[in-house]
Amino acid sequence: MKMTKIVRTTADLFFPFCLVFGLYVVVHGHLTPGGGFQGGAVMATGTALLLVARAYDDVTGRIRKGAMKACEATGLMLFLLAGLGGLFHGRAFLGNWLAQAGGLFGNRVELGANAGDLYTGGLIPLLNFGVGIEVLGGLTVILLYMLSGIKEEKK
Amino acid sequence: MRNVLFSAILLLFFGGLTYLAVDLPFGAPRATDMDDYFIRNAQAQTGANNVVTAIVFDFRGFDTLGEATVLFTAVLGVGMMFRKLKEGEEYEND
Repeated sequence: MKMTKIVRTTADLFFPFCLVFGLYVVVHGHLTPGGGFQGGAVMATGTALLLVARAYDDVTGRIRKGAMKACEATGLMLFLLAGLGGLFHGRAFLGNWLAQAGGLFGNRVELGANAGDLYTGGLIPLLNFGVGIEVLGGLTVILLYMLSGIKEEKK
Repeated sequence: MRNVLFSAILLLFFGGLTYLAVDLPFGAPRATDMDDYFIRNAQAQTGANNVVTAIVFDFRGFDTLGEATVLFTAVLGVGMMFRKLKEGEEYEND
């Protein structure tokens, strides 16, 4: 099943913007509304767009199932390892051991309303990113599995 | 006739729901200790401006880990259900 050239071109143009906007939502999860789950879902929407506009075989060249599976597993592992890191700093599992400590994402935050600094939040941006790539991988794999039945009609 | 009856039942059902919902106290919770604590301390304790994310990923991080695991398991299940059968392989209960 293939759409007209207009639809295909529009989908191709929009695909990178979907990814960039999803990444923006993920990365700014601790400053603006959104977060890992929402941003990952936005990124996976790009795949759905491509799958609707093009044939399945066209898409698999650009989005590989294996890479997406790896993404998913990596996201969950990142979440777990970041949580376990707290145990080595005298905190509980998933305790926020990076917050306000000066290191990675450890800038001090001004209390009250402020413009927002990307390098604050400690563990939260890391976990957001882990969840983001997990949701991206997971939803994309589901989409690829479920829509793999759509093949071009032979005449 | 059936349509009229169906519409009447729908109207009664949603009318009743609306009637019940009108009296609910909304935006005025009885116990606000927890909300006040989060609103006052979330930024100082986690360093995140977004209080919702601070709660989801910091105060209730373990809950989010469960959520992520649920998604992982769901993807595993879908992958198992939609896998390609090997040559000559049959489902057991066919």
